[in-house]
Amino acid sequence: MTLLFKRWTRNVPVSFMLLIFIVMTMSLNIKAQNNKKAENAAFNEKCLKCHGQSKYRYINPESGSEVTKRMYIETIIPRDLFAESNHKNFKCTDCHSEDYDTFPHPGHLRMESKYACIDCHGGDEAYAKFKFEEIETEFQSSVHSTKHSDDFNCWMCHNPHTYKINARSDEKIKDIVAYDNAICLNCHADITKYQMLTDKVNPNILKKHEWLPNQALHFKNVRCIECHARTNDSILVAHNIQPKSKAVRRCVECHSTNSILMASLYKYKVQEGRSKTGFYNGVIMNEGYVIGANRNYYLGILSLVMFGFVALGISIHAALRIIKRKK
Amino acid sequence: MSGKIYLYPMWIRLWHALNAILILLLIISGVSMQYTNPANPFIRFDIAVTMHNISGMVLTANYMIFLFGTFITPNGKYYKVTLKGLFARLIKQFTYYTFGIFKHEKPPFPVTKESKFNPLQQFTYVIAMFMLVPIVIITGWALLYPEVVLTKFLSGSGLRVNDFIHVIIGFFVSFFMLVHIYFCTIGATFVSNFKSMITGFHESH
Repeated sequence: MTLLFKRWTRNVPVSFMLLIFIVMTMSLNIKAQNNKKAENAAFNEKCLKCHGQSKYRYINPESGSEVTKRMYIETIIPRDLFAESNHKNFKCTDCHSEDYDTFPHPGHLRMESKYACIDCHGGDEAYAKFKFEEIETEFQSSVHSTKHSDDFNCWMCHNPHTYKINARSDEKIKDIVAYDNAICLNCHADITKYQMLTDKVNPNILKKHEWLPNQALHFKNVRCIECHARTNDSILVAHNIQPKSKAVRRCVECHSTNSILMASLYKYKVQEGRSKTGFYNGVIMNEGYVIGANRNYYLGILSLVMFGFVALGISIHAALRIIKRKK
Repeated sequence: MSGKIYLYPMWIRLWHALNAILILLLIISGVSMQYTNPANPFIRFDIAVTMHNISGMVLTANYMIFLFGTFITPNGKYYKVTLKGLFARLIKQFTYYTFGIFKHEKPPFPVTKESKFNPLQQFTYVIAMFMLVPIVIITGWALLYPEVVLTKFLSGSGLRVNDFIHVIIGFFVSFFMLVHIYFCTIGATFVSNFKSMITGFHESH
């Protein structure tokens, strides 16, 4: 031990230099990354100058006058949402053609094929834990895929310009619920968008769920997919949206000790192991309370023991009264 | 010697009957929700929830009637506990229930117009009606509107504590109910106390 200490103290200058080198390399690396991000952001600004707002201006080369036009809503990229999204560090031309550099954009770009999630995320070690291939398979069996044309793809729900992952985070469950439900409501509560995908009449969600007790409370505390998607043990968020006839309608599916919420909404937190001893499904209790799913094991035992004593006491007393009654 | 005293006026009899029905409904639906089991539901969950909510709301109104009636009529005097010598009186009544009753001794505190309850009854009724029931009512309403009551006043963390209190006190009310019903059979005859609930007349031993 002493020898080791001596050797170490002799090498202190060398160790110190090494430490400084590591710190400098790291900070240079971070700086380089930040520079790259800033570079990309500056580059993207050339696109966002027009696509970041609802109106754009240009000089008509023939008349020489300035023209103001409304941006087609599908091509508007909200700056603030993009800045928080998963793809925030990308350059627009990482996914779109570099030919967009010129204005007016060349006509052939209308035919540009768009990437699907799996094109980048599939078969990549870095994304293996997300299991994109399995998500794709699940989506293919969902009603969103089987009942619609190929136009219905990942982007319908996960806008590549704004989508932010939140299932694998420490965000509050209520925020996750609100974010994810907004994705469903984007079409299911918007008659125009819904009717663009189908000729069916958009059902009124509040009316359809009238049977659900404490409807508002449920809508704020659980995601639509809890009841409308089939869970899959190997992926974190269920993508196999089921036909309405297969939606969960039995309260006890959630309100019981083997609550399906543990395999869906609370799956990430369960995997992180934030449960509390003694409580069934304790992880739910960090942020909520589900009647029937959050009973306490010890309280259950104690109540049974107490009930046993009360019943026994009454039985003995009654028996003695009968035995000792006046003849 | 047996005599009849008119002890239970109409409003108390009506209140008591409604209270008994509601508390039984609450216990049954409460136990069904607490031990809900998908394979073997005692009462279907949504029915149990509705049953529990409605019974709880009506019970609250009925409890208000009890409080109001108790304070404006002479009924309140029966709930005034005299602390002096209370422990000795409780022991005396307890000894009667555990030993004296089997030897056919006279009850140590016979029922009169002035004293409707024996000390043990009075003590447990005061705890049940002025402690346990108000606690289950308050925590029950808090569970009915958790968004308003709990997250606002206890920043969310109160939900668990609140439910725990509701369930535990609910258990105590259930035990009280069992013992209470059993003790009703201790009267002049096995059914005389049940008859009193209808007629209003108490039959002495």
